[in-house]
Amino acid sequence: MATPLPQTETTQPSAADLGARFPGIVTADTRPSYKGWIVPKENLIEVATVIRDELGYDLLSNLTGVDYLPENKMEVVYHAYKTTGGPGLEFKVQVLREDPVEVPSLIGIWPGVDFQEREAWDLLGIRFTGHPDLRRILMWEGYEGHPLRKDWKEPFYEEEAKPFKSRWPDGQFYLAEEKNPYHDNLKFPRDFDPEKWIPEGEALLYGSLARYSVKNEEGLNTDRIVLNFGPQHPSTHGVFRAALTLDGETIAGLKPVIGYLHRNHEKIGERNTYIQNMPFTDRLDYFNSMANNFSYAIAVEKLMNIPVAERAEYIRVIMAELSRVQNHLIFIGNLLNDLGAMYTPALYAFEERELILDIFEAVSGARMMCNYFRFGGVVRDVPEDVMQKIKDLVYDRLQARTDEMDRLLSDNEVLVSRLKGVHVIDGETAIQYSVTGPVLRAAGVPYDLRRADPYSIYDRFEFDVAMRQNGDLYDNYLIRLDEIRQSLRILEQALKQIPQGPINSQKPAYQVRVPAGEAYGRTESPKGELGFYVVSNGKPNPWRYHVRAPRSSTSPRWKRSALATKLRTSSLCSASWML
Amino acid sequence: MYGKGILKGLSVTGKRFLMTYWEDLVWFFRRITRGEKRYFSEEGIKHRSSNNTRGIFTIQYPEEQLIAPEEMRFVPFLVYDEKPEDKREVRCTSCGICAKVCPPQCIWIVRSNDPTTGRPIPEPTEFYIDMDICMNCGFCAEFCPFDAIIMDHEFELASQGRNVYNLEKLLKPASYYKSIRPLNYERNEAERKAKEAAKAAKAASAATPAAGS
Repeated sequence: MATPLPQTETTQPSAADLGARFPGIVTADTRPSYKGWIVPKENLIEVATVIRDELGYDLLSNLTGVDYLPENKMEVVYHAYKTTGGPGLEFKVQVLREDPVEVPSLIGIWPGVDFQEREAWDLLGIRFTGHPDLRRILMWEGYEGHPLRKDWKEPFYEEEAKPFKSRWPDGQFYLAEEKNPYHDNLKFPRDFDPEKWIPEGEALLYGSLARYSVKNEEGLNTDRIVLNFGPQHPSTHGVFRAALTLDGETIAGLKPVIGYLHRNHEKIGERNTYIQNMPFTDRLDYFNSMANNFSYAIAVEKLMNIPVAERAEYIRVIMAELSRVQNHLIFIGNLLNDLGAMYTPALYAFEERELILDIFEAVSGARMMCNYFRFGGVVRDVPEDVMQKIKDLVYDRLQARTDEMDRLLSDNEVLVSRLKGVHVIDGETAIQYSVTGPVLRAAGVPYDLRRADPYSIYDRFEFDVAMRQNGDLYDNYLIRLDEIRQSLRILEQALKQIPQGPINSQKPAYQVRVPAGEAYGRTESPKGELGFYVVSNGKPNPWRYHVRAPRSSTSPRWKRSALATKLRTSSLCSASWML
Repeated sequence: MYGKGILKGLSVTGKRFLMTYWEDLVWFFRRITRGEKRYFSEEGIKHRSSNNTRGIFTIQYPEEQLIAPEEMRFVPFLVYDEKPEDKREVRCTSCGICAKVCPPQCIWIVRSNDPTTGRPIPEPTEFYIDMDICMNCGFCAEFCPFDAIIMDHEFELASQGRNVYNLEKLLKPASYYKSIRPLNYERNEAERKAKEAAKAAKAASAATPAAGS
C-alpha cells in the first residue's frame, strides 16, 4: 500500500469524491471556516480503509480530539496526507459528550496512531475501542479526570482565560502557592493515599511486554529480565523511559514510556490569548524555537486569513534554516556522545551552534527562547551588521565546518561499524507509524513538506530533498549532513533574494482578532512534521490548541526497530529519535 | 586501509588543538604591536565570538562575559526620567497593557484614583513583577505605548527567596536605558519628539482659525 514511488495523480480518485463514494454516510463539514468530512463512528473503519487504500492517503499525520462543550459534542479530528505530496484530507468523527465517549480505534489501519489515541484518551477521555493498550500516557496512573475537557479545572485555577482580572487595575500581589493548602500544585483524587496506592499502570505496562519465561531451542526454560531503561539514563536525555524485556543482551520486548516532561502545554495554550502562545511554543523544543514559532504563526495566519510581509517571509526562511543547521549539528554531536565519543564532536557542534545562537540573540533578543515571529511577519528587522554576519557564516564558515565534521566522522571505522545496519526501519513501516522528517527520508521516502506541500516561500528555492536508502542509523547520520548542505543552499538563495520592505503586514497589536474556524498549520521542522491544530470560536483565546509533535507522537516505531537488537546499540537510537 | 578514517579524524582534532596555540602566538604579536590581549579583554572576547574564531572558543565566565547585543532581553524594568532637583517622572501610566499581554501573568499593577476628582492617577501606586514567573518574552516592552517598561540586560538574579520586585526595585533611570540600548533609545526619542511636534502643530492649526473667527 504505502509506496514511496510517485504515482500518477490522474488515475487516483480525489478527496472530493469521498462524499460521492459514501452517499448519505459521509457528509461535508459545513460549519463556516471548517474543512473536511464528517464520518459516523459506525463507518469509521470502513471509510478510513478506503481513504488509505483507494484514495492513497498513506500517512496519518495528526489525530486529536476537541471538546465542544456548548454543543455537548466531542470530536475526533484526523489529518491524513499522501507521502507523494499534495494537500491533505481531513475527516472527523462526532460523538455525544456523554461517558463513555467511544470511537473505534484506527490502530489497525495506521499503527502510528497508537500514542496519539492514548493521548486523546488521557487528556480528553475519548475511549478508542479496539486499542490494545489504552493506558494513560502523559498524566500519572491513578490521576483523576481528563485535563483537556473544558469543564476540568487545574489546581491553581484562576479564570477561564487570560488576561486575569486580578492583575489590573487592582493588582494586589499574592503568591499562587499561598492559595493552595498544600503549597503545591498537585491535585489528588478524593480517597488517594500515597501509602496504599499501587500503580496499576505499571503492572499493565509490564504485563503488556513479552512473556518472561520462554523455552529456548534446546527446550530449556529461560527467564527473561525486565529492565527499566531511563528516564535517568544519560542517553535518554531525561525525558524517556523504556521498559524492556531482555533475552541475554538482546531486546525481546519494549514499551516506550513518555510524559516525563509533560507541562500541560495545551491547557495553558487554551487559557492564553493567541499571541501569548508564541513564547510558549519556544519552550516545546528549545533546540529550534524559530521552527516552532513558524508552525504556530502559519496556523494562526491561516485562521486569520492574512498575508505575510515579503521581507518577513525571507527572514522566516533564513531563521528556520539556520535552526535546522544547528539542530542537525547537535544531533550529530549527541549521537556521538551516546556512542561513547564523549564531547569532542558534541562541542565542535556546539561551537557552530553558538555562532548561530548569537545571530538569534541579536535579532530576537534571546538565544533559545526567541519569540521572534508575529502573525503577519516578524517582530523586528534584521540589522545590516547581523545580516553580514549571517552571510559570512553561510557562505564561508558553515560550509567548511560541515565538511570538517564529515572528515572527522563519516569514515571513522568505529562509528561505521556501530551505526551501519543498526535500527533499520524500512520506508513502508515508517509511513505506517507516521514517522516524518529525516528519519523517514533516511528510509528512502523523499517526503519533505518544503517540497511535498510547500508553505511560506519554499517553492521559490532550488534544493534537493535529501534522501538515503537504508534507514539505519548510519544513514540517519549521513542524511543530517546532506540536509545541512541543502539548508545552506536555501540560505544562500534567500540571502541573495531578500528584498527590502516592511517586516509585518499587520499593525502590532497586543490582542488579535481571530475569526471562528479551525486551521492546521504544519512545517518541516528539523525533527519532522510539526503541526499546530487551532480551533477558534471568535474569542480572544483559542478554543483548542493542539501540537502535533514530530517525535513524541511517532515513538511507537521505536518499539519496532529496537526489537532483536542489543541494548547498547538501542540506546543510540534514542538520539536519532529525539533530536 | 583499515584505520584510515580514524587517522583522518585525528588530523581534524589535531589541527583544532594546534590552532589554539597558533592563535595564541598570533595574539602574542598583536599584543606587542597593538597592545591587544586574547584573554580577559573586550577585543579578545569579540574575536572569540566572531566568525573568524579558531582554536579555543570558550569565554571564562564570570571573569569574562559575552558582549550582549542591544536586543538581548532579560527581566523587565520600569523607566523614569530624571528631572531637576532629583525628581523622578515615572513614565508608566498604569494603562495595564503589559499586565494584559503578559503570558504567565506575572505583572500586578495597582492604579489609584485621585480622591478629589475621582479620576485615575496615571502613575502606578503599586507595581509588582514576579521575576521567578517571568518568562523573558519581552511582550510588555514590545507593546508598551510609552516606552515605560524595558527589558534589562542584567541576568544575574540568583537569590535565596522569591524574586518579587516592587516599584522601588523596578525603577531605573532613562540614562540606564540609554546605556544598554542606545539605538532603541534614540529611535524612541525621535518618535516622541515627532509626536510632540505633530501635537503642537495640530494645536497651533486648531488655534489659528479660532483666533481668526
